[in-house]
Amino acid sequence: MTAWAADTVLAARGLVKCFGGITATDDVTLELKRGARHALIGPNGAGKTTLINLLTGVLEPSAGSISLLGQDISRMAPHQRVQRGLVRTFQINQLFNAMTPLQTLAMAVAQRRGQGARWWTPLGSGRGDIARRCDELLQQFHLADVMHQRTELLAYGKRRLLEIAIALACEPSVLLLDEPVAGVPAGQREELLQTVAALPAEVSVLLIEHDMDLVFSFASRMTVMVNGAVLTEGDPASIANDPRVRAVYLGQGDASAAIGARHG
Amino acid sequence: MSGRALDALRGLSRIRPWEPVLWLLAFAAPAALPSHALMINEIAVFALFAISLDLILGFTGIVSLGHAAFFGMGAYAAALFAKWVLPDPLSGLLFAMAVCSVLGAVCSLSILRGTDLTRLMVTLGVALILLELANQMSWLTGGADGLQGVVMAPLLGRFEFGLSGMTAAYYSLCVTFTLFIVLRRLVYSPFGATLMAVRDNRLRAMAIGIPVSARLASVYIIAAVIAGAAGALLAQTTGFASLDVFDFHRSADVMLLLVIGGTGWLYGGIVGAVVFKIMHALLSAVTPQYWTFWIGLFLVVLVMTGRERLIRPWTWWGRSRL
Amino acid sequence: MLTILFDGVAYGMLLFVLAVGLAVTMGLMNFINLAHGAFAMAGGYLTVVLMQRLDVAFLWCLPLAFLFSASLGALLERTLYRPMYAKPHLDQVLFSIGLTFMAVAGTDYFLGSTQQIIQLPDWLRGRTEIGSGDWILGMGHYRLFIIGVCAALTVALQYALAKTRFGSRLRASVDDQRVAAGLGIHVNRVFLTTFAVGSGLAGLGGALGAEVLGLDPSFPLKFMIYFLIVVAVGGTSSITGPLLAALLLGIADVAGKYYIPKLGAFIVYSLMILILVWRPQGLFVRVGAK
Repeated sequence: MTAWAADTVLAARGLVKCFGGITATDDVTLELKRGARHALIGPNGAGKTTLINLLTGVLEPSAGSISLLGQDISRMAPHQRVQRGLVRTFQINQLFNAMTPLQTLAMAVAQRRGQGARWWTPLGSGRGDIARRCDELLQQFHLADVMHQRTELLAYGKRRLLEIAIALACEPSVLLLDEPVAGVPAGQREELLQTVAALPAEVSVLLIEHDMDLVFSFASRMTVMVNGAVLTEGDPASIANDPRVRAVYLGQGDASAAIGARHG
Repeated sequence: MSGRALDALRGLSRIRPWEPVLWLLAFAAPAALPSHALMINEIAVFALFAISLDLILGFTGIVSLGHAAFFGMGAYAAALFAKWVLPDPLSGLLFAMAVCSVLGAVCSLSILRGTDLTRLMVTLGVALILLELANQMSWLTGGADGLQGVVMAPLLGRFEFGLSGMTAAYYSLCVTFTLFIVLRRLVYSPFGATLMAVRDNRLRAMAIGIPVSARLASVYIIAAVIAGAAGALLAQTTGFASLDVFDFHRSADVMLLLVIGGTGWLYGGIVGAVVFKIMHALLSAVTPQYWTFWIGLFLVVLVMTGRERLIRPWTWWGRSRL
Repeated sequence: MLTILFDGVAYGMLLFVLAVGLAVTMGLMNFINLAHGAFAMAGGYLTVVLMQRLDVAFLWCLPLAFLFSASLGALLERTLYRPMYAKPHLDQVLFSIGLTFMAVAGTDYFLGSTQQIIQLPDWLRGRTEIGSGDWILGMGHYRLFIIGVCAALTVALQYALAKTRFGSRLRASVDDQRVAAGLGIHVNRVFLTTFAVGSGLAGLGGALGAEVLGLDPSFPLKFMIYFLIVVAVGGTSSITGPLLAALLLGIADVAGKYYIPKLGAFIVYSLMILILVWRPQGLFVRVGAK
């Protein structure tokens, strides 16, 4: 791999996505630095999830390019991007309902370590390093006590934890979190927030969230999107003080108030 | 802390105590019930066929209404090989499996995209095309009369295929058992786990880095090879191949068989084959002509009362034996 | 050649009437109903029974076939089909195959397995020829009749879908069932009516087509793939899609069987596979539709 200048791990340049007459993504440029804690905020319908879908290859851009660790991935299939370290979580849980957390994580780890095509050895056999990693993840995400339960029978909070655990099992260098605490009952939020805060420092994280407390405590850099385009970008303080951002969130209740609380 | 996952994972693929018992019973059956040797032979063949369908249906979620395409191809390939090349059973079996791997590879291109309905149609279409082909190419296949006079050489040079059907039954049992062992290994492997992931949530499977299309293609080819082996066994042990090996009824029956026994755990094919054959034998004695009516009724009732009464549906409560 | 085209169009329109119910219920309920052919067969056999045993005139049999199959459809929808909507596709496939087997075996038992002959009224027999030489167009009167009836039905369906309130309720339910229910549309009633009408049309098609397609107990199984082709290629989001698909299928089948009799069936199946692999959502689906 040739040396690349900045410490940018993920870059989107001039991304455009049109669905018929609707421009869902309007000339978006975004750069994620190594070790970033970068938040992507904006009102509903701003195109944040569409952007994630473009970055991960679920959608094909109408124009623009994407590069990961210096390599152009614009035409790359979704699973190949994952193999290069670009991993995401989903806003609505996308889990494997008939499998248990143990199986799910073991499978994800095995796949990540290039063993996904091995058909002659049992899952998790060998020197036990896959099992060790599973143990770590199960502990970290408080799933050890439910590891043998079928995923569809898990409580929502556990399912959400599993959602993120799967992403970590893929050993990401760039992690895209799509509203990780959405719908999680208040009692189980703490677990989740701790886990998000405890993500390894070398993993670069792009976080989409509406919960402004989480966003401001987590992010060192923020991008605001409105109507498919980037409104502004900067560190949390300048974003909080930006009148345009406040105008976008005006009347948006908690969000506006939370931003306002940091303004004064 | 560290031992838990390792033990748990090892435990998943551990051989359950009833498994060797089942196989011992299976192998004892022809000796214990020699008059039913031919029926046991058929059960073994259909069990293998059903297991191959389970691989794509129960484990990977591909709904196919034309799996008989491979069964039939295997049957004709083996029969033609025995007639025109070499009557050795094992060579014929391998030849049939090789032919089906090619057919499976070609067909796998058609099932990668689209909805369940698309897949249903495409698989159905392939089976119909092959049926037509076999019908039209009567100079090769014997057309509607079928391919007759397939005489097999003694198995391994020693065991003659006699009228009693003992050799046939043991031959089929051995082949079924061998292939079963291979598949058992496969479903408990990382590969097998990724298949289940593809079944449960294709979008997420892709998002974990699983090359979904490659997986679908490989499992489809494997299933084609196994189904072809089953077809070859049928042709070799019964001495002929007829058009009905491609018939829609075959595809529907094997699906029913599998559903009776349960999808998503390999033994479902075996259990289903046993139950199905016994049911067939009993019902045919009572209503020889209208047995499809009772099958139809059974299907309707089964689905309406919920397959989970007998076994669990693979989409929500898949019988996760793993 | 023109005659082939004409016959193909007649066949296609017949297939359309037979399959349109399936297309709509599939788009509406997302239900794979492989037993659709059984309703067609019911209409055909009713016609045979009425004509042979009760001496009813052919023309009267047509609406009666429609009503018979429609009532049968309504009854089955309410009792058997409704609990199946939420089930996975595999279950639906098994269920409808089961129903088909029952219908086939039952018909065989009660009415015998031989192919049924329908004695068409005199004014429908005969043939008119226009043109000369290579461009001769031979129009069988019966096929002309079929085209006429099916065209009228198509126009009526289009009108009902586009201009009536039921039509708009149906279109809303197809687009998004939950939202439609939220708007106060009685989705269950829409389902029931649609299923009944669709089955009725199939029955009518079965009555019309008995003479052309051949009627015996294995009818649902023989023609199942044709109906499915119309739906899969034509898409389920409109009725013009299935119409075009049916016409394409009819012409391809007739032309194939005439010009290359040995390969006639292949052409149809292979074309279908190729189309579905190329465009899995169907050939005539508008962008953004299901």
